[in-house]
Amino acid sequence: MDKRFRDPLLIETLVKDINEYSSSLKIMEVCGSHTMSIGRWGIRKMIPKSIQLVSGPGCPVCVTPASLIDQLLEIDNITLAIFGDLMRVPGKNGSLEQARARGKDIRIVYSPLDALEIAREKETIFVGIGFETTIPGIAHSIIKAQQLKLSNFSVYPAGKLIPPALEFLLSQKDTILEGFILPGHVSVIIGEEAYDFLVKKFAIGGVITGFEPLDILISIKKLLDQKQKKQPLIDNEYKRVVSHKGNESAKKAIYRVFQPETSLWRGLGEIPDSGLGIKPEFSQFDARLKYSFPELENNEHPGCRCSDVLKGVISPPECKLFKKVCTPKNPLGSCMVSSEGSCAAYYKYEG
Amino acid sequence: MENEIITLGHGSGAGLTRELISDILKPTFDLLSLEDSVQIDENIVITTDSYVVNPLFFPGGNIGKLAVTGTVNDLAMKGARPAFLMMAFIIEEGLPLKDFRKIVSSIAKAAKESQVKIVAGDTKVVEKNRGDGIFITSSGVGYLPKGMYLGTDRIKPGNKILINGSIGDHAISVINARNNLGLEPAPKSDCASLHDLVIKITETGKVNFLRDATRGGVAAIMNEVVQETGYGIIINEKNLPVKENIEAVCELLGLDPLYLANEGKLTVFASDDHEDILRIMKKQETGKDSALIGEVTDEFTGVFLRTEIGSLRPILMIDSDPLPRIC
Amino acid sequence: MCLAIPGKIIGKDGEKGIIDLGGIRKEISLCFVPEAELGDWVIVHTGYALNMISEKDALETIELIRQAYG
Repeated sequence: MDKRFRDPLLIETLVKDINEYSSSLKIMEVCGSHTMSIGRWGIRKMIPKSIQLVSGPGCPVCVTPASLIDQLLEIDNITLAIFGDLMRVPGKNGSLEQARARGKDIRIVYSPLDALEIAREKETIFVGIGFETTIPGIAHSIIKAQQLKLSNFSVYPAGKLIPPALEFLLSQKDTILEGFILPGHVSVIIGEEAYDFLVKKFAIGGVITGFEPLDILISIKKLLDQKQKKQPLIDNEYKRVVSHKGNESAKKAIYRVFQPETSLWRGLGEIPDSGLGIKPEFSQFDARLKYSFPELENNEHPGCRCSDVLKGVISPPECKLFKKVCTPKNPLGSCMVSSEGSCAAYYKYEG
Repeated sequence: MENEIITLGHGSGAGLTRELISDILKPTFDLLSLEDSVQIDENIVITTDSYVVNPLFFPGGNIGKLAVTGTVNDLAMKGARPAFLMMAFIIEEGLPLKDFRKIVSSIAKAAKESQVKIVAGDTKVVEKNRGDGIFITSSGVGYLPKGMYLGTDRIKPGNKILINGSIGDHAISVINARNNLGLEPAPKSDCASLHDLVIKITETGKVNFLRDATRGGVAAIMNEVVQETGYGIIINEKNLPVKENIEAVCELLGLDPLYLANEGKLTVFASDDHEDILRIMKKQETGKDSALIGEVTDEFTGVFLRTEIGSLRPILMIDSDPLPRIC
Repeated sequence: MCLAIPGKIIGKDGEKGIIDLGGIRKEISLCFVPEAELGDWVIVHTGYALNMISEKDALETIELIRQAYG
């Protein structure tokens, strides 16, 4: 944490300034960690109600189809290594946490490298969820597994790419978004240049943003200015770690091991070239092949309006299921499943 | 979709545990109280608790030490002087005898330090894979000084909230040990008996209510108090004692110290002139980093955090133990 | 989607690095920042350093904000 970006005096003045803008603004904060930061710092209450923040699909738990949980639990005599985020996602027959309570060997790891360590002793599937921030590390773990000839190790490739999702969202006729708070850490990998299409193709701007309160507030101000000046552009507020081209060696690692494929995003549907499959050279580490996993299904609850929430068409309370049937304890769709989803955040902080 | 089985969430001390108690236990038993310990006679307090920690040994303690300090603290939270403990062991077949000896000697040492006697117990052994090494149930008896009464009904608006030191230490110690996170030096649990500190501060007569910040952390206590009293609580983030390294590890894993379990921390709800109590706490070994962290108000209800940037945001009750996350 | 924190490199052995977390040390991989040296700050996610942190850029960013809102 960089406490300079938490300076209360600077924040106070900046917030006053933001509250002086008369125009409304509807922007998407793409990244789940931004949703968490916004909640943790109480930012929603600091900005005027005319500024609406829509929580985007940048939350690996929110966009992973629940049927993945069901499929993982069908394999016997296997150790599952997962990131903690996945533990409580409800599947048809309960969550991974509940399965662990029933005796399945399911372990939380901090890094894909920890999963490699487990695989030295046990037959392990590492569930590779995440976006461009996480995928290079997953790729590296597969390369390492090959070097170490670790036959016990395999990865379920569930990584997803952000730019195709943004393009998909903006291509829908009814999407109403005026700008993006762009994901700071995904951008560390893909760089500023990855977002040029937002302006070129859709005339919508975005600000690559850090995760401290000052970062987020400055970006909101920048987006207000972009709207006022009618000048959408890609701005980089997080220059201290994000460059124009991103991290070349990380990008190289991704595409050495993975290749783009169509992917099912819970709440959005199928998006071409938005997911990553494992290349034939590394197929022995592909859990989908090793255990013959079928295609993931999209079994959303009828009445679920997550896709409309994600497109900014409605706000959570406008969904008939919100709060009445769909709650954080009993989440029916992607926007409620993780505490970073639009609906979960709304439930917690707006009541 | 409700799954009709007990899950780990039911044991976390947070929302689901409370549901289990309110839906099944309370309607069935003659519970005198929903608190950890209860006064059963003019001056006797009893309590019982089970210890199921994994791993059994962690920096700063082990399940044996915990079984003493946890129960001693439950008695102390009522202002009672802990006197006797009883220990029941359920041991898994295959537990190395040397581990059992270590645990037992830790219990003896902790009991001596806490000035309690282990007077009775029980031992059972279960088959391999049915027990997680060892489970310990520890029951305790303590004596209340005459006139001593601590309860949420004594809490008034304007009361100050104090804590005896840094939060999150125990949870991070256990998470590091359990998940092999490789933190060096391995963070130590704050496992400790607080009876001495409690005796000293309750002597002032200015303490209204005490609760130790175990599972669910400071967040759980504040929410419970608000539920019972209907008052509001504001916690000041910049006064919350969090060790620098624990704060860094929390940021790494995406954990909020407010929700993390402690085994040597209590929150004190004190009458307005609290400086006296704070001074006394800081003189104790277990209270060197004591701090004033918040206050009770009747201007609204709910628990809120005054963040270090000056904003106000709710501290909600969560359903189960926080888990490390990547996002 | 990405919890990453700044860490100072206090140890390096080829691709393996040690970062300091307020006195606690943790091993991470430096495979994506081969240019990182002892004393450098990197941004760390799931056990990997993803990039160097530029103090110069951090200062510039904060200075711009201070000029406007200080």
